[in-house]
Amino acid sequence: MASGKKPNRIVKWVDDRLPIFSFVEHHLADYPTPKNLSYWWNFGSLAGIVLVVMIVTGIVLAMHYTPHTDMAFDSVERIMRDVNYGWLLRYIHMNGGTMFFIVVYIHLFRGMYYGSYKTPRELLWWLGVIILLLMIMTAFLGYVLPWGQMSFWAATVITKLFTAIPLVGTAITEWLWGGFAVGNPTLNRFFSLHYLMPFVIVGVVLAHIWALHTSKSNNPLGIDPKGPQDTIPFHPYYTVKDNFGIGAFFVFFAAVVFFAPDFFGEPDNYIRANPLATPAHIVPEWYFLPYYAVLRALDFDIWFLEAKLLGVIALAASIFVLFLLPWLDTSKVRSGRFRPIFKWFFWIFLLDCVILGVVGGNAPDAQVFGWSKWLTYLKLGQAATAYYFAHFLIILPVLGFVEKPLPLPTSISEPVLKGGGAASAAAAAKPMEKA
Amino acid sequence: MRRLAVTLVVLAGLGAGGLAPVMVWAAGDEPHPPGRHWSFSGVFGTYDKPQLRRGLQVYREVCAACHSLRLVAYRNLAAIGLDVKAIEAIAAEKKLPGAPNDEGEATTRKALPSDKFVPPFANENAARSANNGALPPDLSLMTKARLRGPDYVYALLTGYKEEPPEGVTVPEGMYFNTYFPGHNIAMAPPISDEGVEFADKTKATVQQQAKDVVAFLQWAADPYLEDRKRMGIKVVLFLIFLTGLLYAYKRKVWAKVH
Amino acid sequence: MANSTTAADGDGETRRDFLLLATTAAAGFGVAAVAWPFIDQMNPAADTLALGSIKVDISKVAVGQAITIKWRGRPVFIRHRTAAEIAQAKKDDTAADLKEPVPDAERAPKPEWLVMEGVCTHLGCIPVGQRTGEKKGDYGGWFCPCHGSHYDTSGRIRKGPAPANLLIPPYKFLENNQIQIG
Repeated sequence: MASGKKPNRIVKWVDDRLPIFSFVEHHLADYPTPKNLSYWWNFGSLAGIVLVVMIVTGIVLAMHYTPHTDMAFDSVERIMRDVNYGWLLRYIHMNGGTMFFIVVYIHLFRGMYYGSYKTPRELLWWLGVIILLLMIMTAFLGYVLPWGQMSFWAATVITKLFTAIPLVGTAITEWLWGGFAVGNPTLNRFFSLHYLMPFVIVGVVLAHIWALHTSKSNNPLGIDPKGPQDTIPFHPYYTVKDNFGIGAFFVFFAAVVFFAPDFFGEPDNYIRANPLATPAHIVPEWYFLPYYAVLRALDFDIWFLEAKLLGVIALAASIFVLFLLPWLDTSKVRSGRFRPIFKWFFWIFLLDCVILGVVGGNAPDAQVFGWSKWLTYLKLGQAATAYYFAHFLIILPVLGFVEKPLPLPTSISEPVLKGGGAASAAAAAKPMEKA
Repeated sequence: MRRLAVTLVVLAGLGAGGLAPVMVWAAGDEPHPPGRHWSFSGVFGTYDKPQLRRGLQVYREVCAACHSLRLVAYRNLAAIGLDVKAIEAIAAEKKLPGAPNDEGEATTRKALPSDKFVPPFANENAARSANNGALPPDLSLMTKARLRGPDYVYALLTGYKEEPPEGVTVPEGMYFNTYFPGHNIAMAPPISDEGVEFADKTKATVQQQAKDVVAFLQWAADPYLEDRKRMGIKVVLFLIFLTGLLYAYKRKVWAKVH
Repeated sequence: MANSTTAADGDGETRRDFLLLATTAAAGFGVAAVAWPFIDQMNPAADTLALGSIKVDISKVAVGQAITIKWRGRPVFIRHRTAAEIAQAKKDDTAADLKEPVPDAERAPKPEWLVMEGVCTHLGCIPVGQRTGEKKGDYGGWFCPCHGSHYDTSGRIRKGPAPANLLIPPYKFLENNQIQIG
């Protein structure tokens, strides 16, 4: 669809009846994108690609999988051993889940660093958090399906969390189970829901992109484009850049699938589920470890609220606090590049999340690296959890008032044209004005 | 500053990844199994077919009395170099429940190459009753079901101690093993020197038998290892090449903007 | 390509086109290579293929008896034919109403054993005639109750809507009274 070329007659016929071609042209070829996006902006399209990979591999795997407790484990092994290329499809799907979370977490942290959640992108951010929640649900449901030891016990632990809800907890949990414990009815319905959720995710992703196209992309400087000199059309510039990013990502993905397919997994899941034998250490997949740490950190009662319920509330809060982020961060400056103090706190926060992940993977009463009897992973997790909430509820709100941001460039093109960032102090006062 | 930050993040990620083994070995004082080199390790790893055949012999003569291998079919043995006749003979040694006869009574039939390995015991209770209450686990996925499986299984098979260390008592009917979680294992040392006479005349030391049976079990757990690695080399090299092209094209398109 | 440059040097333009061509070709090859496993996974799996060939013990099938066994999900009729049935089949080699004329010797190289798929070539019903007492149709072989096809003692279609003879599957005789089908 190059402008200036005579439009193809067939294209015009279709477009008059269903404007799909002009839609694609508007949202792809003409769509103005800041010219200064860095490679941190590739991760949205990577997430989209991984979603497609997961759906396609999932559908073909579902042709061979049997969601019955007596047959699930064996049907997965049949895929690995007898189905043509079954081992490849299974490893792609298994490791695709990990890739999805790697890509989405980087995408999320990018958003946090550059203030992509700030006005006018609050709803865009919310849709992203909803996608994260749906991904968490989908991944949890999917992990149960092979019916290994971890599948069964992770399902048991997580569904049992609902018993913490006062009054209706047990009824809700038995409703989820379809019985008195995780069993065949549970597995069957988890399969149905696992097949459904990715398509719900597709819907929310479309809304996410729609919201993005309404406010247009943020950029590393955090300042709005002032005019056409600050933007370039998405196609061909960002299509080719995204394609390169996809290539590089696939190199990593392929290296894992072909040479370390079980690296991110849990050996215990190669043991058939046994409701009468609990594994020594129940661990979720790595991308859930930070939440697991938060859940286990609340091991004390507060007044009438039991520890179990507090853990569940903290777990939910750790994700729901993300919804509040646009309002918790009071700074008028978007990008962390011009916020010298915020930058430090961002990296400390990232480190805190990694620490929470390590805590989640260890037994609570074990000593951290065997250093001291007092420093258990539980204590470390409690400190890290407290810091996690402090970052959102105390540090970010205060920073906006206390921090003196660096002077902002007047425009996106300006640093390139003037060869530096020296702008008048007045520029710093209006970072979020509309173009 | 940014580069430093990115480096720190990458290191943190790698560190967290490197801690993965620590995270699962957390409890207990069992030493980590020593790392060993296997023919199938690494990017270019392959199976050594004669070794797999020796391992099959060890499995059949030593382990199969108690341990099932339910996920492997007799016909799969073609991949380690057995011909049709040999496979049929191995299968035919075992009996399986057949279809009911015309009177409705249960029948048995000889196993065929298309059948999976017939377990030594009809059910869990039979297995436990023959083994002092302990259940010998199925071995089809054993090297995948343990962290650093091949190293662990080898260490376990060669890690028995005649006398437990000072102050440690071993319950009646159990044996002390350095690497087994909790140290007390219900399985008696299964491998003995020259316990098996290898068809290819390799000296059947305990270490040799252990190495060979571990290789066999790894094959049983991961029969497509060689295909996977071979394909992986081609795919990754192709993707690097394609990514190179995509990068060159990106630079060309962006030359105007920079 | 949108936004083509105003003053593109010829070299740059052709180099980009060549690069684009090479990249597209490589990517296309990659897509095709990736597509194959997704297509091939629907082909019969190894365990299905393993059951594609079976061995049947025919030592207990007496003269005049027939057995039905399942092969690749379909019934296969194995009849130990009597001398009379063989004679009749050979005589009918030249019958006028053979829709698909095939000599009996071609269908049953070992005349006393007739091995054929028990699936009517009309619309797939299973003809009767295997057990004693079942209708054998007008030609002494098999009869399909769905739409009235009659097969003779060589399994050839003689009367009725079926267009072809009952299919002979690939089979061979092994030692110790076994035949391998498939």
